[in-house]
Amino acid sequence: MAQKVTIEPVTRVEGHGKVTIHLDDNMNVAQTRLHIVEFRGFERFVQGRPYWEAPVLVQRLCGICPVSHHLAAAKALDVIVGAGTGHGLTATGEKMRRLMHYGQMFQSHALHFFHLASPDFLLGYDADPAIRNVIGVAINFPDLAVQGVMMRKFGQEIIEHTAGKKVHGTGAIPGGINKNLSIAERDSFLKGADPMNIDKMIDWADGALQFFKGYYMKNRDFVDNFAYFPSNHLSLVRKDGALDLYHGVLRAVDTEGNKILNDVDYQDYYNYIEEEVKSWSYMKFPYLKHLGKEKGWYRVGPLARLNTADFVPTPKAQKEFEIYKAHTNGKPNNYCLHTHWARLIELLHSAEVIKELLLDSDLQKDDLVVKGKKTHEGVGLIEAPRGTLFHHYKIDDNDQITMANLIVSTTNNNEPMNQSVNFVAKHMMNGQATITEPMKNAVEIAIRAYDPCLSCATHALGKMPLDIKLYNANGEEMDHYRS
Amino acid sequence: MSETVKFTIDGKECQGTKGQLLVDAAADNGVYIPVLCHMRDLIPAGSCRICTVKINGRNMAACTTPVEEGMAIENNSDELTDIRKAIVEMLFVEGNHFCPACEKSGNCDLQALGYKYQMMVPRFPYAFERRDMDATSPKIFLERNRCIFCKRCVRVIKDNEGRSIFAFKGRGTTLQINIDKTLAATMSDELAQKAMDICPVGCILKKEVGFIDPIGQRKYDKKVIGSDIENNHQ
Repeated sequence: MAQKVTIEPVTRVEGHGKVTIHLDDNMNVAQTRLHIVEFRGFERFVQGRPYWEAPVLVQRLCGICPVSHHLAAAKALDVIVGAGTGHGLTATGEKMRRLMHYGQMFQSHALHFFHLASPDFLLGYDADPAIRNVIGVAINFPDLAVQGVMMRKFGQEIIEHTAGKKVHGTGAIPGGINKNLSIAERDSFLKGADPMNIDKMIDWADGALQFFKGYYMKNRDFVDNFAYFPSNHLSLVRKDGALDLYHGVLRAVDTEGNKILNDVDYQDYYNYIEEEVKSWSYMKFPYLKHLGKEKGWYRVGPLARLNTADFVPTPKAQKEFEIYKAHTNGKPNNYCLHTHWARLIELLHSAEVIKELLLDSDLQKDDLVVKGKKTHEGVGLIEAPRGTLFHHYKIDDNDQITMANLIVSTTNNNEPMNQSVNFVAKHMMNGQATITEPMKNAVEIAIRAYDPCLSCATHALGKMPLDIKLYNANGEEMDHYRS
Repeated sequence: MSETVKFTIDGKECQGTKGQLLVDAAADNGVYIPVLCHMRDLIPAGSCRICTVKINGRNMAACTTPVEEGMAIENNSDELTDIRKAIVEMLFVEGNHFCPACEKSGNCDLQALGYKYQMMVPRFPYAFERRDMDATSPKIFLERNRCIFCKRCVRVIKDNEGRSIFAFKGRGTTLQINIDKTLAATMSDELAQKAMDICPVGCILKKEVGFIDPIGQRKYDKKVIGSDIENNHQ
């Protein structure tokens, strides 16, 4: 008899979502969907607010990477206050923001790998769910668990000293930043007591990367064959093609590496990207306009970034990038679980960038804000930990916001996550007599690889867990898994 | 020469000048009595009642009461603290205060009093009143959701001819703060900044300077409201 499997809520992700899997009479997967069930609202309720409030207000849609929203909004407002995009700011303004952003990238990637993803690798995706979690990691691998906590703490402290608070700070203001970094603050990161200094963080980031590579060598078949599917990839890249998580031009490549969006100015993003609404999810489905809905969807995030970038501009991460790229002979990497590998290369890169910035005396200068001729519209893009984040605002003559459009990283990954769920469900469940917990966790692993932030994606207020449901061909609920 | 009077606050012997407002005389003696509508040297409004003290068993507003010889004032008691906390809570539920995104956060007297009195959840239901904002002035953004009707701006912010740039309109539940568009257009940056600074909440905002003060350097980031008055006299 046909069934419908529901996984609700999906666990160890940021946000609340559910998966439904419809099985036909032969117990083959007929349809899969990742539903995002949180309500969307920020784009509406920022309307009427003073524009300079947006970076502080909008970041409240997330507690995990609010810095991304804070900076994307600030970048859009840089355009509105006439400070230009990216390099229009003062050296101190831009570098303080970069430090804030890479601090956030470091803490978010560390959080995801050690707290959310590592239980699957360290304890096995089919391990008892009661131990397959961060507590299980802490009990069985205490040294790694401590590293995860301390790396996140280090990144959070970078954020505190640039934004004013670990979560929901106010550092970035239209046209610049509201503080510089004192010598004492700088030295606390450069020369902090072991382990809280940047050299140790670089070592630990490298260690996490080597750990994953070791895991990969032992489980190559599983990793390579898990949710592999070709796709387009999109991200910002620096004008010279380098990986740049703060600013750049918009580039997309197809599965063969051909450029399908050739380093365009993101101020015109709406000429290239469109969003489709589907009735069963609050999350929209973006795609490249010129390729259409069927062929124009793309992935964002660490996997996509390392597919679009030509090189990584820090030495240790570049070396790892070359090893990583060699695996696919320089072609785009479409292995879903290699996202973890790419994320850890970015973790190492972020630590290296933080060190470079800490050694830069521009951070101690006082020229913090620049403004020019005001305009009524601005777009800000940034590479958030989970992928490309778009903020677009319009204001009126009274300085009130009249329009806001946010395309959040996880929204960009909506179709890829659905593809991954479909792939894994078919691979694991087709023809099986019963649907087991490890099969359902495999579906979650596929989603988790994208490190989705479901609250962000729907701009929701509130908390966030995930569900899986199984339905028969008559639409009756047969099983409901909620963790 | 003004006449000196002696009085006590919670048993502490204090001195002031006859006719001096109690709230100011207390501050001169290192005793903090909370205020929202009051400013020294301004004709008292007595509208917020956060400065309520007990004098000879009666609740009185310290900002409208002159000190007298031999007065015995109760300022710090559980009963008064609860009255003041209730007033803060009423002000929070009456307006629409959302501190996390307010640029006055850290510099806001009402928020600082909320912390001082450890307000967690107001005991009163939220009114969720709909209040329109007025952003039509070139230098001032009037965020009426946060107005507590202290009338400081009406009393202090004047143009060169002494005309008030702010005024109340309506009565009772329809009362709202307004800004004179013509006079507001003549405001200097300094006057706009002053209007923002004297507003005890985040109602009057000078445009385009929000969040310029880093967290950690704002007025109440590292000290409790009133502690400067108490510490200056230790």
